[in-house]
Amino acid sequence: MFDIFQYEFMVRAIIGGAVVGALAPALGLFLFLRRLSLIADTLSHVAFMGVAVGFATRVFPPFVALASTCTAAASIEYLRSRRLLPGDAALAVFLYTALAIAVVMISVASGFNRDLFGYLFGSVLTITATDLWLTLGLTVVTVSFVLLFFAELSQASLDPDLARTSGVHVDLVNLALAVLAGATITLSMRVVGVLLVGTLIVVPVIAALRVSAGLRQTLAVAIGVGVLSAVVGLIVAYYADIAPGGSICLTAVVVMLLAFATGWIRDRMAPAAVRK
Amino acid sequence: MVNGACVRFSNCTFSYDGTPAVEDVTFAVDRGDFVAILGPNGSGKSTLLRLALGLLRPTSGDVLLFGRAPDRFRDWSRVGYVPQFVEEIRARFPATAEEIVSQGAYKGFDPGYVLRRGAGPAVLEAMKTAGVDHLRRRKISELSIGQQQRVLIARSLVRGPELLVLDEPVAGVDAGGQEHFFELIRRLNRERQITILMVSHDIGAVLRDATAVACINRRVVFHGPSHSITARELSTLYGIPVDVLIHDALHEHR
Repeated sequence: MFDIFQYEFMVRAIIGGAVVGALAPALGLFLFLRRLSLIADTLSHVAFMGVAVGFATRVFPPFVALASTCTAAASIEYLRSRRLLPGDAALAVFLYTALAIAVVMISVASGFNRDLFGYLFGSVLTITATDLWLTLGLTVVTVSFVLLFFAELSQASLDPDLARTSGVHVDLVNLALAVLAGATITLSMRVVGVLLVGTLIVVPVIAALRVSAGLRQTLAVAIGVGVLSAVVGLIVAYYADIAPGGSICLTAVVVMLLAFATGWIRDRMAPAAVRK
Repeated sequence: MVNGACVRFSNCTFSYDGTPAVEDVTFAVDRGDFVAILGPNGSGKSTLLRLALGLLRPTSGDVLLFGRAPDRFRDWSRVGYVPQFVEEIRARFPATAEEIVSQGAYKGFDPGYVLRRGAGPAVLEAMKTAGVDHLRRRKISELSIGQQQRVLIARSLVRGPELLVLDEPVAGVDAGGQEHFFELIRRLNRERQITILMVSHDIGAVLRDATAVACINRRVVFHGPSHSITARELSTLYGIPVDVLIHDALHEHR
């Protein structure tokens, strides 16, 4: 029955998928609470630009992507915090600039369209051992950051001014969050593709918010939904022979709908007094 | 108490893009005072509080928070802050009331924070004082605005502040809730000797509870003991006759 685990590429895909499934919502929760969900979209296009530049210059594409997203994330955060550009304007400028550079790069150095396709829609089945170690390393860093700086992150997401007057170094926390978002998106891109990166960042968080009470519980449930979606999505993709990136994201959406249904039923069942 | 002032503005000016929002403001909030800042919308009241807390830096002049420039100030446990109600943030924030109040216990980097579930005695005590201990497990998004503001008061009390800064804390709160809220602030000031600096629109409550009033319309229009303010000054401040509003609170009628 579990012939799926006979293939080494499938085992690597499931480990990689599960790790990213945990990583993306852990960071996504705080991006969502800061109303920065769409930074995932922008940074994924910046990552795509990095990949295109990497192919054109024959530098290992994931490294170029990682450097690009981290730089872009830090720049966006700088522009936003100094109020040099409104947050959504900064996101739009970076998204379209990156996409334009990517298009130019692709036209300059043609002949790698098949590989690029993998980055656009995900290529989790071709994940290598190197990819996996890179992913695991960054996941350890990011998840540790979220857990160790949970107090600072939750303060800064509720109200930055309130956090500052509590003694939190909000600007440093924001910068770290942005840079780690860049790293997370580069890694997620490998699994679900540029176009779907936002899904793993946002959808498990929305599902968790509907059914959990409290910040810690929301974080735990969001990570659970992310891992579950990645693993189930990959297994479904294997047996149904469909694109794994899309399968993972659709699984996450189905889990989110189930969470909404559960929340709705629970509200209905609750006695009127509790509903207030 | 010259050195004892909690907040001191000296010829303080702040401009957004060249347009002054507050201009040449000079006054002090002394220990134990209950200072209310009154003024019409856009008169620079909130800007003044943000300057006092170091969230903005004066374009010219000085602000001192416990004798130090606010952007150099580090001893934040002496200060509690209750910001204006911002619905879109709190509506989506999944924390329970207890989690919000626990944030008030922040004392710097604490790696074990995420694993601690229960609230400490200081948190429970603060929730009791603010009258929200029965709401511990409720999500803040489910609470009324008045309850949310009391949760934020509790949050600001955890570290035992000497100064409480409140920015229109009762905006959007229903009349009964406002009365409760003012009573709580009054008690904190009278019984715990917490210095209060509050922006408010409720002239009646302010004149009843506050020891001093600063009327701001970009500049300081009036500053002094609350009982010495006249209806004429208030009318000038708001540009409308306000003696009806202050009927009960004011000893002096025109």
